Amino acid sequence: MIYDVAVIGAGVSGGSAAMELSKYNLKVVILEKALDAAMGATKANSGIVHAGYDCEPGTLMAKLNVEGSAMMEKLCENLKVPYERCGSFVVGFDDDDKKKIEELYQRGIENGVENMEIIDGEEARKIERHLSHDVKWALYAKTAGIVSPYELAIAMCDNAVENGAEIMLDFEVTSIEKKGNFIISSPGKSIEARYVVNAAGIYADKISKIAGAEEFEILPRRGEYILFDKKAESKVSTVIFQTPSKMGKGVLTAPTVHGNMFIGPDAQDMDDKEDKSTTIEGLNYIKEMAARSVTKIDYSRIITQFSGLRAVYSGKKDFYIKNSDMLPGFVNVAGICSPGLSASPAIGVMVRELLQKAGLEMKENKNYNPVRNVPKPFSEMNEEEINEAYQNDSKYGRIICRCETVTEAEIVAAIHSNVPALTVDSIKRRTRGTSGRCQGGFCGPRILEILSRELNKEPNEIVKSDKNAYIVDSRLREDKHND
Amino acid sequence: MIKVDVAVIGGGPAGLAAALSARENGAEKVLIIERDARLGGILSQCIHNGFGLHMFNEELTGPEYADRYIRRVEQSDIEVMLNTMVLEVTRSKTIHCINSDRGYITVEAGALILAMGCRERTRGALNIAGDRPSGVYTAGSAQYMVNMQNFMPGRKVVILGSGDIGLIMARRMTWEGAEVKMVCELMNYSAGLNRNIAQCLVDYDIPLKFNHTVVKIHGRSRLEGVTIAKVDEKLKPIKESFEYVECDTLLLSVGLIPENELTDNLQVDMNPVTKGAVVDETRQTSLEGVFACGNVLHVHDLVDNVSKEADIAGRNAAQYLKNSIERTREIKVKSGENIRYTLPNYIRTDIDKLDIYYRVTKTIKPAVVDVYADGVKLKSKKLLVLNPGEMETINIDIPVDAREISVEARENI
Ligand SMILES: Cc1cc2nc3c(=O)[nH]c(=O)nc-3n(C[C@H](O)[C@H](O)[C@H](O)COP(=O)(O)OP(=O)(O)OC[C@H]3O[C@@H](n4cnc5c(N)ncnc54)[C@H](O)[C@@H]3O)c2cc1C
Ligand SMILES: Cc1cc2nc3c(=O)[nH]c(=O)nc-3n(C[C@H](O)[C@H](O)[C@H](O)COP(=O)(O)OP(=O)(O)OC[C@H]3O[C@@H](n4cnc5c(N)ncnc54)[C@H](O)[C@@H]3O)c2cc1C
Repeated sequence: MIYDVAVIGAGVSGGSAAMELSKYNLKVVILEKALDAAMGATKANSGIVHAGYDCEPGTLMAKLNVEGSAMMEKLCENLKVPYERCGSFVVGFDDDDKKKIEELYQRGIENGVENMEIIDGEEARKIERHLSHDVKWALYAKTAGIVSPYELAIAMCDNAVENGAEIMLDFEVTSIEKKGNFIISSPGKSIEARYVVNAAGIYADKISKIAGAEEFEILPRRGEYILFDKKAESKVSTVIFQTPSKMGKGVLTAPTVHGNMFIGPDAQDMDDKEDKSTTIEGLNYIKEMAARSVTKIDYSRIITQFSGLRAVYSGKKDFYIKNSDMLPGFVNVAGICSPGLSASPAIGVMVRELLQKAGLEMKENKNYNPVRNVPKPFSEMNEEEINEAYQNDSKYGRIICRCETVTEAEIVAAIHSNVPALTVDSIKRRTRGTSGRCQGGFCGPRILEILSRELNKEPNEIVKSDKNAYIVDSRLREDKHND
Repeated sequence: MIKVDVAVIGGGPAGLAAALSARENGAEKVLIIERDARLGGILSQCIHNGFGLHMFNEELTGPEYADRYIRRVEQSDIEVMLNTMVLEVTRSKTIHCINSDRGYITVEAGALILAMGCRERTRGALNIAGDRPSGVYTAGSAQYMVNMQNFMPGRKVVILGSGDIGLIMARRMTWEGAEVKMVCELMNYSAGLNRNIAQCLVDYDIPLKFNHTVVKIHGRSRLEGVTIAKVDEKLKPIKESFEYVECDTLLLSVGLIPENELTDNLQVDMNPVTKGAVVDETRQTSLEGVFACGNVLHVHDLVDNVSKEADIAGRNAAQYLKNSIERTREIKVKSGENIRYTLPNYIRTDIDKLDIYYRVTKTIKPAVVDVYADGVKLKSKKLLVLNPGEMETINIDIPVDAREISVEARENI
């Protein structure tokens, strides 16, 4: 089989491109090296759909941010991805900050951002009661929102597959040859495609290079986060940025679509593209900085910390989205750092247009279904809905994750979905199982059993996230006793 | 809709004993709701012995201890709903649950006994920096894997925290052929029982490092090692003492938290120290007809005390239904110097004797405990040592006109 387009990378960029292409009569394949979609920057970021005042006017970033943000609400509704237009503040503490806030406002106007306002601290605290009393000024952007980034990418891939695309997980592209068509290989397997979209995130430079396209550099910049329990007091309901100042860019305090709150990220330039660890210094820094924006952060309610790596293009501060001049049929979608998530719906459209320009002909796919058919999560059902779900599938009667009330039915469905959940963490990203207060203490071992049963694998072959992250070393006795 | 006199949420040792006592004291329709497939709660996975020394004068394993109660429940007409997760309880004592064989069930109860147990604190709560590999488990999860699933979590183990479950797992993992390198404890004392330190660590030459903690986790896929550090008096890690320890498994035994998520909806008064409800001597919460016992009320070290407390809650739930809990007064029971918490928090009925449960804030050796009623010393008790890790009791006679009782501990010089 010769694919029309191979998309390398199943983050929001690749996912959006694949979904957009599935609206046309094309054979599309997504190639992803990890065991799940959304394992790159898309997994660990702030999840903010920026209003668009931050980007330099005239850049691709500014254009795609504003376009993407405008598309986001409808898209999330169709894809059943949690999204909330909660609004954002950029808070200022003194006159210097106020000047910056005014500049940001002007930039927003130039970029075409609607519904912005500069208000004083008092007024801001009426909207966000947890704002610190030191806040004197705030840029209030009502169009800013929050989204679940990994669910968005998974849903985009899922929708693409639903509409005819394919996804190959555990397919690490290690060579790309052009012999008429592109031959794209991973150890032990290869596929053939007429066009290639390189959306490999932090490794987009490497992919471009091995394909023989343009050489450029993508640098990793790490950001650390602290995530709080839903029950934490002083949980904010809007996104709170700080004004960039002598103290650095500042950190943000924001809600998540799942009702948690987080603080972060910092910004550390790294050498290592795999180092997603958190550090004592980084965590202390974000705690210190966050304390400036909001009153009383409840540190007894931390549930986890994590970090993500931004993919920063070493050239001009912008996205690098282009048809390759050196290698016709090869599209680079690189340097997609923030606001890449916000821009993602528009990135997909732009990639499709670039492919058309590069000569790929396409006709509309008449059967394209933009709406994703996903059952309501058990935790959001009322009594009647629960009864109905239970009548159809009695696995709805068995709660596996008790903190987030996730049923066996939902876990089994995730394992057999279009983008199959093959790991414990993949189940977490689709169902929230293991993501609550006990962090999998109770349900982790049970999910392991379900995965092992459904995938027909030995328990020690089941992993947390990647291939080497085994959870149990071995079986203790052959004759597993059941009582 | 099911109607019962007493509904007990949780079928662990607390729920079992509470249900039995409610039934024996006259409640007619008693129901235990348990989300697991079996009764016994956390005891089902505690296959080591050491349970029941106080209650039965015998050394039983966890399942054996639970069995004594389960058998009595089976012989009674107490109804048990297994595989039933309570999703919500309301202030009017309506319980919404989901059952794997019957779907959605609503229960209306005359009295409600909360016996949901506790959960373990996790890595997130400790804020340990580093990677996020597999191989980091709470000791209780590891215990479930080894004892209930027959899975071996790993081979080279470091344990953080010297809670009882961690100590028990140090020995358990050793028996299964793992190398347990050390137990690190942040404080200068153990949260676990002395007998467990002797039998689970000393006997197997496993070092217990006091004033040590884990500051970093290494390993991008599976755990490869941890950085441990000594801490100063303020519990801050000392940079110079950082040391890398190779391991593929880190078990956390760093505390238990009462599982009070359901309780939130009842809006009863909570004790921020125990993270359980505020109760009086009948184990009734601030919402009439709602009782609590066992680890959901405060974390116990010994199951024997859980059963005793549940007995009180069950008996009083039955009394409540007969309208015979007479609230004649309100004496506050307070924690004085060096006392972390006391239980109960109030005395409301006409009793003349009371067992007060308490924990101290630090190790005191030798110690004296004083109980005061409105500033006047009621009782003094000398003890060789008081450990924060061990719950203690003191029995007092309550003066008729007392208004406030307070417990204090100090060094016996
Ligand atoms: C700390 C941080 C905070 C951020 N906050 C925001 C925000 O609030 N709002 C916002 O709009 N944006 C934000 N961003 C930016 C946003 O997260 C990214 O722009 C977006 O996720 C990029 O998606 P992507 O698909 O381009 O890359 P990725 O998500 O990194 O996807 C690339 C994929 O390619 C795969 N891949 C790599 N190499 C290969 C190979 N050889 N073969 C096969 N597959 C391969 C990877 O496994 C990965 O799945 C933030 C980023 C970070 C790091
Ligand atoms: C991992 C672990 C190991 C321990 N080891 C020891 C030991 O070695 N020795 C010792 O003396 N003590 C030990 N303890 C202390 C022990 O917990 C107590 O002695 C005793 O088991 C507590 O009894 P309980 O009934 O309060 O709680 P549990 O035994 O935890 O029982 C609570 C029950 O409530 C159920 N439940 C909770 N929420 C719901 C809901 N929403 N719907 C339905 N059912 C629900 C649970 O499934 C569980 O069965 C251990 C505790 C833990 C957590």
